[in-house]
Amino acid sequence: MAACGAAFEASHWAKKHKQRVTVVDKASMERSGAVAMGLSAINLYLGVSKGNNTVEDYVSYVKNDLMGIARKDLVANIARHVDSSVHLFEKWGLPIWKDEEGNYVNEGRWQIMIHGESYKNIVSEAAKNALRELGEDGSYYERIFITEPVMMEDRCVGAVGFSVRENKFYLFKAKAVLDVMGGAVHIFRPKSVGEGLGRSWYPPFNSGASTYFTLKAGAEMTCQEVRFVPVRFKDAYGPVGAWFLLFKSKATNAKGEDYMETRAAELENWAPYGTSKPTPANLRNYLMLQELEEGNGPIYMRTDEAIQKLVAEIPDEKEAKRKMKELESEAWEDFLDMTVSQALNWASHNIMPEESPSEISACEPYFISSHSGASGAWISGPQDLAPGEHHWGYDNMTTVKGLFAAGDASGASSHKFSSGSFTEGRIAGKAAIAFCMDNNHIPDIDEETLSALKEKVLQPLKMFEEHSGYANDEDVNPNYIKPKMFMFRLQKIMDEYAGGASVGFKTSEPLLNKGLEYLQFMKEDAVKLAAGDLNELMRCWENVHRMWQAESHIRTVLFRKETRWPGYYFRTDYPTMKEDWEAFANCRWDPETEEWEMIKRDLH
Amino acid sequence: MLFTKQDTMPSFVINEKCDGCKAQDRTACQYICPNDLMVLDKDKNKAYNRAVDMCWECYSCVKICPTQAIEVRGYADFMPLGGVVQPLRSTDSIMWAVKFRNKKVKRFKFPIRTTPEGSIEPDAGFSTGSEDLKSPVLRTEPDSL
Repeated sequence: MAACGAAFEASHWAKKHKQRVTVVDKASMERSGAVAMGLSAINLYLGVSKGNNTVEDYVSYVKNDLMGIARKDLVANIARHVDSSVHLFEKWGLPIWKDEEGNYVNEGRWQIMIHGESYKNIVSEAAKNALRELGEDGSYYERIFITEPVMMEDRCVGAVGFSVRENKFYLFKAKAVLDVMGGAVHIFRPKSVGEGLGRSWYPPFNSGASTYFTLKAGAEMTCQEVRFVPVRFKDAYGPVGAWFLLFKSKATNAKGEDYMETRAAELENWAPYGTSKPTPANLRNYLMLQELEEGNGPIYMRTDEAIQKLVAEIPDEKEAKRKMKELESEAWEDFLDMTVSQALNWASHNIMPEESPSEISACEPYFISSHSGASGAWISGPQDLAPGEHHWGYDNMTTVKGLFAAGDASGASSHKFSSGSFTEGRIAGKAAIAFCMDNNHIPDIDEETLSALKEKVLQPLKMFEEHSGYANDEDVNPNYIKPKMFMFRLQKIMDEYAGGASVGFKTSEPLLNKGLEYLQFMKEDAVKLAAGDLNELMRCWENVHRMWQAESHIRTVLFRKETRWPGYYFRTDYPTMKEDWEAFANCRWDPETEEWEMIKRDLH
Repeated sequence: MLFTKQDTMPSFVINEKCDGCKAQDRTACQYICPNDLMVLDKDKNKAYNRAVDMCWECYSCVKICPTQAIEVRGYADFMPLGGVVQPLRSTDSIMWAVKFRNKKVKRFKFPIRTTPEGSIEPDAGFSTGSEDLKSPVLRTEPDSL
């Protein structure tokens, strides 16, 4: 989404100022990224012009949900522009639910319902049509996997990658580079490990490319410790937003107890965030996890009770029947618009929501700063909103000159979701063009740098070619490792040592240090990754990216000596929130020394 | 262990219906899969899903197949057999057939788009209020706010 927003916005300013815009997608923009399937709701819309909400209220909500850790300037910047994006989506053709007065139907205070199966198709068409306005100066490449930043001294001057369709290595030289490559999935061992490995809540094709790119460029990163553990319908991970907010459903343990009520006292231990409404997402998780630990599962979304209650409000029998049909259609659409597997899971289990409840459960952790996570690059905020320390020239520029980040690639601006990510892409796109105007020449990239990058990126193909003949099984060879097993090894380390699902998201200093030790072996073995074809070469690099995401995560969890997000992870050695950690835990990897630096920064 | 999987999996191709997109270089499913899973087997002239366990069941391939040759058999490590969810997508709406394991069937139809495909004008009739590259005003603002 951020990429589409950037293409849309940058094209306008590029045309005025004779700049070029090039978009490179790992897949096909129409169905690439997290919104591939569609969405049933837009989770960030303020309705400021209708007097519905204010930017300040939204910023408070986000800061509270992240237990105090948020860049208020970045959140405000997105919030003050997001309504514009949503109104554009509607004009472009996205069907938004309307009530009898023609107003958007709210799911919750900040969320509106959409018929969003084609959300990505529509938005990508707008992006492509915007690029077309530039004629020769607007380009779109697809099926090219970008793996590394290109650096000249302290400036990012491009990116390299390869086609997954033909034997072509690509160098993109640029005055400004915008990293909008999504979040990170499959860092931790998922709960389903057969075919179900593919059914992650966030897409399996978001593999940490964003984080790797900014990290390798030497940019400062933020909130690398903040992973998101979604609680969703079990196994197929269908959305619960409509059930909780629109249908007003309750979740209970197997005895029918609403744990948000029975365990409310725990929330006081996490004041002021735990005692504010709405309750932060991680704390809702936490209360549910406590139920599971005491053996009170399965945990159920009482869909049947919710529907019955809504229908019971209607005295007229014919009207009640009509309402039931309407609710049933809305309930199924909620899944069919964005998580078809959940509909399939219900059909496979003969579940009809009006007749029986459905299990909900925690997924494995993800890195997704566009949702309830926060991890990403540390970026410059807008001059009019950011305190001096948080602004350094261009909106959304990282600490590396010429390198911008938006969407899942930028951190500390949680709860932007699809509309906010698109909006942040717009902000970054415009700022990147401004940077191009002020730095109006593309530096030369010397042959040596380019050759070294090409050799590095294609290395796994060479590894396979040189050694695969040794054994009679391409996957089992002592000289190299295939990306599949490399990924499983990473997932096991993260799950067992860095607080994955199988250990109840609990970790401690000795466990984390052990994890780092095993990650070191992985880093050494990473140069022995082997790829038999272009698709496998992509998998190799996806897993190198994942490994770097994993390391920055472990180092930052170690650095923050407290537990601030119980429900996402617990430091068993520091089990409470500490006042002096009401701060950002940032980090930076130095490309020269190859050393990590951990940096504590004030919130402001 | 390359390219040996041709049996049923999250998304799978029905042999009788697939024509390899009429022997073009690439198939529609290959074009659209966000995880690069769909491949054209040039010998059999049929597409197949190359990685069972990397399939998100996003249905992009199912929706785009011009001969409706692709279906989804839900992940066998947690879904009982017998459930089928099949879409038929047109330019402004999508129809879904949901078949339960107990043979019940539900059908739904939802809108997907209010404008003709290809017709999007990026500015959508809004005008941009400032020429200043350094101001916070974005394309189509403040009109679109």
